Amino acid sequence: MLNVKSEDRSTRTSFFNCSPYGFRAIFSWRFIPVLVAVLVLIPVGTILLSFLAPAGDVWQHLVETILPSLLINTFWLTLGVAVSSALLGVSLAWFTAVCEFPGRKFFSWGLLLPLAIPAYVMAFVTLGLFDFTGPVQTLLRSWVGPEQFWFPNVRGRLGVIIVMTLAFYPYVYLLARNAFLTQGKRSLEAAQSLGFNRMQGFLKVALPMARPWIASGVMLVLMETLADFGTVAVFNYDTFTTAIYKAWFSMFSLSAASQLASLLIVIVFVLIVMEQQFRSRMRYAETKHSSRIPRIPLTGWRAWGVAGFALAILFFAFLLPITQLIIWATDTFVEEFNQLYLGFLWHSLMLSGLAALLTCSVAVLVVYSARRHPDTVTRVAVRIATIGYALPGVVLAVGIFVPLAWLDNWLSEMAMQLFHIETGSLIQGTLAIMLIAYMTRFLAVGHNPIDSAMQRITFSIDEASMGLGLNGWSMLKRVHLPILKGGIFTAVTLVFVDVMKEMPITLMTRPFGWDTLAVRIFEMTSEGEWEQAALPAVALVLAGLIPIVLLTRQVEK
Amino acid sequence: MDISLLKLTNINQAYGNQVVVNNLSLTLKKGVIGCLLGPSGCGKTTVLRCIAGFEPITTGEISLNDVKVNSSGFSLRPEKRRIGMVFQDYALFPHLTVASNIDFGLYYLHHTERTLRVTEMLQTVGLADVTNSYPHELSGGQQQRVALARALAPRPDLLLLDEPFSNLDVNLRERLSLEIRDILKSQGTTAILVTHDQNEAFAIADEIGVMHHGEIIQWDTAYNLYHRPSSRFVANFVGQGVFLSGRVLDSRHVEIELGVLTVDISHQCTSDCRVCGAGCYVDVLVRPDDIVHDDTSSLQAQVVHKAFRGAEILYTLRLPGGGTALSLVPSHHNHAVGENIGIKLEVDHVVAFSQTAP
Repeated sequence: MLNVKSEDRSTRTSFFNCSPYGFRAIFSWRFIPVLVAVLVLIPVGTILLSFLAPAGDVWQHLVETILPSLLINTFWLTLGVAVSSALLGVSLAWFTAVCEFPGRKFFSWGLLLPLAIPAYVMAFVTLGLFDFTGPVQTLLRSWVGPEQFWFPNVRGRLGVIIVMTLAFYPYVYLLARNAFLTQGKRSLEAAQSLGFNRMQGFLKVALPMARPWIASGVMLVLMETLADFGTVAVFNYDTFTTAIYKAWFSMFSLSAASQLASLLIVIVFVLIVMEQQFRSRMRYAETKHSSRIPRIPLTGWRAWGVAGFALAILFFAFLLPITQLIIWATDTFVEEFNQLYLGFLWHSLMLSGLAALLTCSVAVLVVYSARRHPDTVTRVAVRIATIGYALPGVVLAVGIFVPLAWLDNWLSEMAMQLFHIETGSLIQGTLAIMLIAYMTRFLAVGHNPIDSAMQRITFSIDEASMGLGLNGWSMLKRVHLPILKGGIFTAVTLVFVDVMKEMPITLMTRPFGWDTLAVRIFEMTSEGEWEQAALPAVALVLAGLIPIVLLTRQVEK
Repeated sequence: MDISLLKLTNINQAYGNQVVVNNLSLTLKKGVIGCLLGPSGCGKTTVLRCIAGFEPITTGEISLNDVKVNSSGFSLRPEKRRIGMVFQDYALFPHLTVASNIDFGLYYLHHTERTLRVTEMLQTVGLADVTNSYPHELSGGQQQRVALARALAPRPDLLLLDEPFSNLDVNLRERLSLEIRDILKSQGTTAILVTHDQNEAFAIADEIGVMHHGEIIQWDTAYNLYHRPSSRFVANFVGQGVFLSGRVLDSRHVEIELGVLTVDISHQCTSDCRVCGAGCYVDVLVRPDDIVHDDTSSLQAQVVHKAFRGAEILYTLRLPGGGTALSLVPSHHNHAVGENIGIKLEVDHVVAFSQTAP
């Protein structure tokens, strides 16, 4: 009578088991995630080891002069950005996910638009607008006169916090909104049937239930804040990333740079561990989608208040910076749109394209190998391989440069000894290294959509298609690729745009002559030439809009 | 005990042009377990949500304990109605333990009373050993019990259950529905259940309303719904059976191809029969238990299909006159498809609808 179903995966035949390729014997799929994991571990290990290295003079100097202020700056910045993006993200998510107010549909996706503007672009536009010589203060001075006029210092700590909050709150917004939508209004109704009104229900039920999502969103914001280089560089607000950059490129002390990086990486690792904790709890809190959910209608001043609030955020985080960018870009178009600009654009597109192809091909291989070997080693390797998204680009650049420099020296020494040739550096400053750095940083971005697409190809789908006579390539072509297509497309797009906006890795590892749009923006803004940075920024924002379109499609569902 | 606890008077509900609830009225006495039974999309869940106050009604009136909670332009907030609800997906709070879930609605009680009530509820639903577990650690049946305990803990005046067993497997469904009936009865709870599964409705409810297109077609006991359906829809929806064409002989006799049926009580047929009078044609409902297998009978029918059900076999038979009928036979009478078997009519309740009737 007992029907025992065999669910043992190892006994199942899957696509690659029955593929008749000879190279399977020497080539194990398990090898791929491990290789990528090693690529991530080398820079991390290098950085961590440098902590143990003897402290040089430069390091001593840093500890005595700037380290305390770095720590204080970083502390206030992360705290400020985390708290304010949580408040902003959660409140906006609640209003658009559960309530009804004028313009709700538009704001649902409109509030994601700030994601299209890189934080450093938002930073220089804000400075250009609100600085002493900017249009806002000039206008105000002309009204009230220069004497009794006071304006907050935009370049200060508060300014950085506000800019980063406006740039990063969509992460919290997106996740919290997702939480409020999936938890449905059933639990709110349950609270109501137990005697709580809707406000109490929000505080006692909806908010605690969404806590893992909100925390996860805040963690993302924290990681972005810690990894940020461009924004703090524009504001001249010293944090670890700018200090590492300066230690390397101004003080020429790679060891001091990597020692600073080791401190930053420790902070990041604490965050990673916390993030993983929250992520694992999200699974449990998920409920089935409930059918038609009536929204809570807001009326009168409440409705208009909420609409006004959402509009104000959208105005400062998107409309205002975009308008200013367009004005600057049109003003400078004639002089700036030249051969040089097309070169930057070409380099950006070229690099992003190559990096996206490389990253997503690796992601596909990693996903297949994890499917083929659902064991602990592979799982851990995939985890490590996709952790690069948390590593600040500056840290990654240093961590990759140090072992390469060592390898290069060794190679040229060998060449000298064996063949008596002066080789110079062989690997440093090549395009390949830059692409590998991008791949390590953005593998998770490409991995996620492909992996979730792969989840839909169950083993029984494989078995069903084998039962229908498909095998090997024909199954890949007729079953797997059509299912994976959408995920791969999303992955390529996301990586492409991320690489295009990336600043520190590009800045620190680019081969000579490979200046991109982001590099151009860095150079112009470090001289305070906001107008000249506008045209490259417009191209980045346009590219940044593509993933928003992909995202909003999900939001609308 | 004869107090009406819940009263719906001519309620209507519509989404845009689509009428969901159509002029529906019902009364439920204190301590009674009622049920709204109907196919999906008939508006039964909407009625429940209107009673709970989650959906507005367009017109009509809802009163609880003779107090209007919903009438034109006025709607008492759901949290003030003292109505408990068990949701289809349970809607347990995933961030709270079992005990805290049950405790959630007891905020108005003193601390010691709260603990006492939670312990009492845990025992009532038999979950004392998972007090500190989280909902995701429980099985479907256990989650269902937590949902029930949470809803019952604040002693609501009325309990609403929205398809409470739809997420459970069939075996568990049957057991749990009897168990829940016992719990509700022991607490003296007045309740309304919504389901599309008649077995569930029969197992739990005292009174059942069959719903169709937003209306209650018949409000009755399970026995009457099965044996004395008031319309073709109810006759088709509740239980199995076929309609056989018949001719009215006089006010007490109807002839079908299997013989003459005597109408013992003047229920459905008589009204219909009287309308069309002797000689008119009617459709007579023949249930599978109305046709009994009898090897000695001269009346023969051919087996077309057979469905083995363990204790019984449900045969689909082709009657000599060409009609089709169902017969439920103890399963040791095993006949092959194509075989002719002897049958006998044993109709206790004649249900007939005149052939022009809808």
